[in-house]
Amino acid sequence: MQITAEKKESTTSVATESSKREIFLPPDRERVREGGTPHVSAKNFSIFYGNFEAVKKVNADILSKYVTAIIGPSGCGKSTFLRGINRMNDLIPSCYTTGTLMCDGEDIYGRYTDEVQLRKKIGMVFQKPNPFPKSIFDNIAYGPRLHGVKDKKTLEELVEKSLRKAALWDEVKDRLERNALGLSGGQQQRLCVARTLAVDPDILLLDEPTSALDPKATAKIEDLIEELRGSYTILIVTHNMQQASRVSDYTMFYYEGDLIEYAPTKQLFTNPKDQVTEDYITGRFS
Amino acid sequence: MDLGTRKILDKSFTAVGITSILLMAVALLVVIVPIFSGGIGAIFFKGTIEHRKLQYEEFGNGDREVIQRQIEESDIYRNKVFAMLGEFETELESMTPAESRKLRSSYKKARKVLSHLLGPLPGDQEPILLRYRYGTTRWEQAEEALHDLLYVTKWDYSDPTRMAKQYFVPRMEEFKGTSLAVFFPFMEENLANMMLPEQTFYWGFITERSLDAHIFGGIWAEIQGTFFLAVGAMLFAFPLGVIAAIYFTEYAKDNLFTSILRSANSTLAGVPSIVFGLFGLAFFINTVKVSESKSVLAGSLTLAIMILPTIIRASEEAILAVPKAYKEASMSLGSTKWRTIVTVILPAALPGIITGGIISLGRAAGETAPIIFTAAVSVGATIGIADVFSSPTPALSWNIYNLASEHEAANEIRHVQYGMVLALISIVLLLNLSAILLRARISKKLKG
Repeated sequence: MQITAEKKESTTSVATESSKREIFLPPDRERVREGGTPHVSAKNFSIFYGNFEAVKKVNADILSKYVTAIIGPSGCGKSTFLRGINRMNDLIPSCYTTGTLMCDGEDIYGRYTDEVQLRKKIGMVFQKPNPFPKSIFDNIAYGPRLHGVKDKKTLEELVEKSLRKAALWDEVKDRLERNALGLSGGQQQRLCVARTLAVDPDILLLDEPTSALDPKATAKIEDLIEELRGSYTILIVTHNMQQASRVSDYTMFYYEGDLIEYAPTKQLFTNPKDQVTEDYITGRFS
Repeated sequence: MDLGTRKILDKSFTAVGITSILLMAVALLVVIVPIFSGGIGAIFFKGTIEHRKLQYEEFGNGDREVIQRQIEESDIYRNKVFAMLGEFETELESMTPAESRKLRSSYKKARKVLSHLLGPLPGDQEPILLRYRYGTTRWEQAEEALHDLLYVTKWDYSDPTRMAKQYFVPRMEEFKGTSLAVFFPFMEENLANMMLPEQTFYWGFITERSLDAHIFGGIWAEIQGTFFLAVGAMLFAFPLGVIAAIYFTEYAKDNLFTSILRSANSTLAGVPSIVFGLFGLAFFINTVKVSESKSVLAGSLTLAIMILPTIIRASEEAILAVPKAYKEASMSLGSTKWRTIVTVILPAALPGIITGGIISLGRAAGETAPIIFTAAVSVGATIGIADVFSSPTPALSWNIYNLASEHEAANEIRHVQYGMVLALISIVLLLNLSAILLRARISKKLKG
């Protein structure tokens, strides 16, 4: 009992600190002017699990067609924030949100928002590769079929296009009818990316997409992100700071539910404004 | 714990485990072997000419000419026997009433046993019941009947401290000095000539209806009744059970109502089947009146209620075992909840759901108590598919009990009882086997 009480106290204290800090982001106005427009913007956006505030009053604009990395220690709320963007947290019964989260001028958590249409627009790739136990073709075609594509020819074209975008086509073109679970972990993950691309989303959410993969497969996924940069707004949650610095244009640093710092990646890694960020990226805690 | 003790413990546990499994296997063999041999005896046995005659006259099986010839062959010997009987009867007429009185009653008894063996004798009235129109159809029964003919069973009550002892006295002694004395040795010698035993493969035991309350014929009506009842129960219980399981796993919120529903479901699974039988009678027949009286429909509904909790449980487990990642993936692609359930969750849970379903089907096929009051009759005609709403049916499980305990000639139709048991066990085993195969096939397809 005592321990939980203490914890609660400490979280509230950080929350008040963060509200004092008043970070309004993104700071790199120049790049915004260059063509970056806000795609997703959070205003005082919080996510709760029951009484626990997992994401605390976040204010941030995520820029269109850029890669934004989200880093932070385990349990800091970075995955929760990511899942908040396409309302995957709805699957958890005790979860609710406050504040607003806008996407293309539409309130994601608005009363009349159709979360099904929303998720079509905001695709997601998960930590563990999770292809359906169906053929490779059916995996990719699942989304388009869901949204009413029935014509076989169109489906075939879509599958090929998506697999090519995910740099998987050459490896699997001869065995599209085989079960997707027979692929290697890295291939499965790229299949999941292709599956997400097949519904033609605007935003791609990648939730630690390489944490279950070996270095070689990780490199391929990173190459893939490089390929997709500029075509999609990409958010990637990662534990790996090298990865964040390699693939992203912007980086958000979360700590205990607070968005501590949000800056162009180079700036955040070379010249962090906040002490906590510096401690984290220099490996003083993790 | 040191290494030595650990190894000894491991080994002794292995030994105990193997012993218990071996014990189970032995117990199973002790049960299965007699059932199997007895059951096979219903299909594969030494049949007499009476069997072939019955098959030809009642079912139209067999070659007319061959049977005619065999009947003529056996009649050569039978006519000799009948001649002996005729001679003895005239001899009786010529005796004084005092002399003949005792012989007459003995002769009457012998004649009765003989007619059981050979069928109606000359001078008998045309019997009404089919069982008296034919002699013994199975060779081992013919041999027993011969023994009854040759010996009179007596009981020795001389020692009151012990149980009475059975002993046999040759019947011939009662007829010493009469013309019938030659009859008994003649019977003993020529039984095979009169009965013409042949190895018979009676496939009709499975495919033909029974005659005269299972004394002759097969068990098709029971097999079909069991099939109707079990499949009918599945038609009601399977969709309902799967839908309930989907509700429990995907839609139900964690509240008091749901937990009451859940525990009600678990309780239902533990209710004795006879209670379901009474419920079926009270609810489906007396209250809802799905049919006038017993019917396949009422029985199926009762069985459905009985197996519903099992199906719900099995489906629930299967759905819960589907990785959450599938659901997340589907939802993230913009699928609705219902679409996700139908296109991703149910296919992935299918092996488990089907296994639960088929095991429940086996249970519905084998259960006796729920159908006693709602669907089963001991003797009945084979029903058509259109009759299931109104007419009751014989069924394997109920008839096994009925033939073994309540049938008037239970002792003479042991082979039918064993045959039914074997048929029921085979059906249930086949169902379970198909469940295993189907499961393996679907799992393989899912795993790629």
